[in-house]
Amino acid sequence: MNFHAVAAIYRFEMARTGRTLLQSIVSPVISTSLYFIVFGAAIGSRITEIDGVSYGAFIVPGLIMLSLLTQSLSNASFGIYFPRFTGTIYELLSAPVSYLEIVVSYVGAAATKSLIVGAIILATAGFFVPLRIEHPVFMLLFLILTAITFSLFGFIIGIWADSFEKLQLVPLLIITPLTFLGGSFYSIHMLPPFWQKVTLLNPVVYLVSGFRWSFYGQADVNVGVSLFMTFLFLAICLAIVGWIFKTGYRLKS
Amino acid sequence: MPSILAVKSLSKTYDTGFQALKNVNLEIEKGEVFALLGPNGAGKTTLISIICGIVNMTSGSVTVAGHDILGDFRAARSMIGLVPQELTTDAFETVWATVSFSRGLFGKPKNPALIEKILKDLSLWEKKDSKIMTLSGGMKRRVLIAKALAHEPQILFLDEPTAGVDVELRREMWRVVERLKDTGVTIILTTHYIEEAEEMADRVGVISKGEIILVEEKSELMRKLGRKQLTLQLAEPLDTLPTGLNGHHLELAGDGRELVYTYDTQGERTGITALLQDLGEAGIRFRDLSTSQSSLEEIFVSLVRDNR
Repeated sequence: MNFHAVAAIYRFEMARTGRTLLQSIVSPVISTSLYFIVFGAAIGSRITEIDGVSYGAFIVPGLIMLSLLTQSLSNASFGIYFPRFTGTIYELLSAPVSYLEIVVSYVGAAATKSLIVGAIILATAGFFVPLRIEHPVFMLLFLILTAITFSLFGFIIGIWADSFEKLQLVPLLIITPLTFLGGSFYSIHMLPPFWQKVTLLNPVVYLVSGFRWSFYGQADVNVGVSLFMTFLFLAICLAIVGWIFKTGYRLKS
Repeated sequence: MPSILAVKSLSKTYDTGFQALKNVNLEIEKGEVFALLGPNGAGKTTLISIICGIVNMTSGSVTVAGHDILGDFRAARSMIGLVPQELTTDAFETVWATVSFSRGLFGKPKNPALIEKILKDLSLWEKKDSKIMTLSGGMKRRVLIAKALAHEPQILFLDEPTAGVDVELRREMWRVVERLKDTGVTIILTTHYIEEAEEMADRVGVISKGEIILVEEKSELMRKLGRKQLTLQLAEPLDTLPTGLNGHHLELAGDGRELVYTYDTQGERTGITALLQDLGEAGIRFRDLSTSQSSLEEIFVSLVRDNR
């Protein structure tokens, strides 16, 4: 294991965050605060409790998940796309680093960043609504698994994309709708029966539901199923990344 | 000399069907400066990219000091430093950070003293805290060299090190290469400037259309370069050379109307005076005379043209 290389890439990526602090940390916190003000305080006060939880508190896990997903995606996809775009990827490819080391360092850095953002949003949420975390260990598990899975997914997008437009395309056209329709702002039991079934095809439902369970002990779907699905997404992403490196897809001609 | 890099039967066909390398065989000796000459699109960069792990080979094998570049990629790659042709740099990084990053990436622990020395050797020390995007093109090129040297490689690839570089900087590059050679680093550079190969290389290889068509000691090439031909236009055509002139290794050309004498300008005696004397004694008169010299450039151009 080339630990010096992993450390070098990890530090490089984290330093990039430092340079773009406003974009990486401040902007998600501001946008989440706005959600709390609008949905939690202004509108939420007129919405009845859901499963015994005030609406403001109910949306906290969903909002954290929302930021975690988008941050993981954008951090990881940009992290690997940018060297491809500028050409500095040559150095990475010519270095004595294995594919595993490349993934560990890039995905590790992206996941770290999104976890930091998640923690900051959780703390911010504490200012607006009373927080209760019933299963802190599971909460951490869901956070970390999701951060890693979606950083892997972002890594895949960053390798697949051959333009900045494509880099934005997947998060914009697929992830944003899935997160908004994934039960971040509502319980799926509030949907008509037909849509309750359809929504189960949305992977984000399982993440949000499991994560909310770790806060309030209530879930839309069984927490075991949520956990299983989370691991399944992780496995799928790992398999795709493995295939990318095996074939050199978009990395080596 | 033991070889430090061995390329065997290397071929590369891109997905587009373009065959960039055709059965390339090449051995590089430890400590030498090898210049790979070739026109644009000849396969120079593809060859380097395969050796460095940036492009997949189609068939063949490459070993670096006995380490297979695929099976034992860690050992092979940690011995190699690459300075790419394009000025690809992390614009927002500082010089110091990017060079330190390269060292870590190649698996070496931090060594600020070494990096300081590299930056000073390349006249980059004053710029160590500058962002790369604020540097001039020549300085960026030196940053790339510094990055490639940060992990103390045994082999350094310089892909067109002086392309688009002004004369002064080019000479400075040559001095840098000289110093590196003195420290025992094997250097492989690609260029299409003949002058550059003449200035720096121990051996020269010519690549054209994906094939290595010549590998020779530069001194051997220089000998060819140093050879001149004296052509005498005879007043009367000759059927055969008079026996008295056998000692001069003359050739009869142009239906017996020309005598061609090849001589070495670098030798102590050219033998021209003796030849002219003997010609006079043999009663051979000539109308005109001319001399010609084949340059490395001519050799190169004719090789590449023949290969078309």
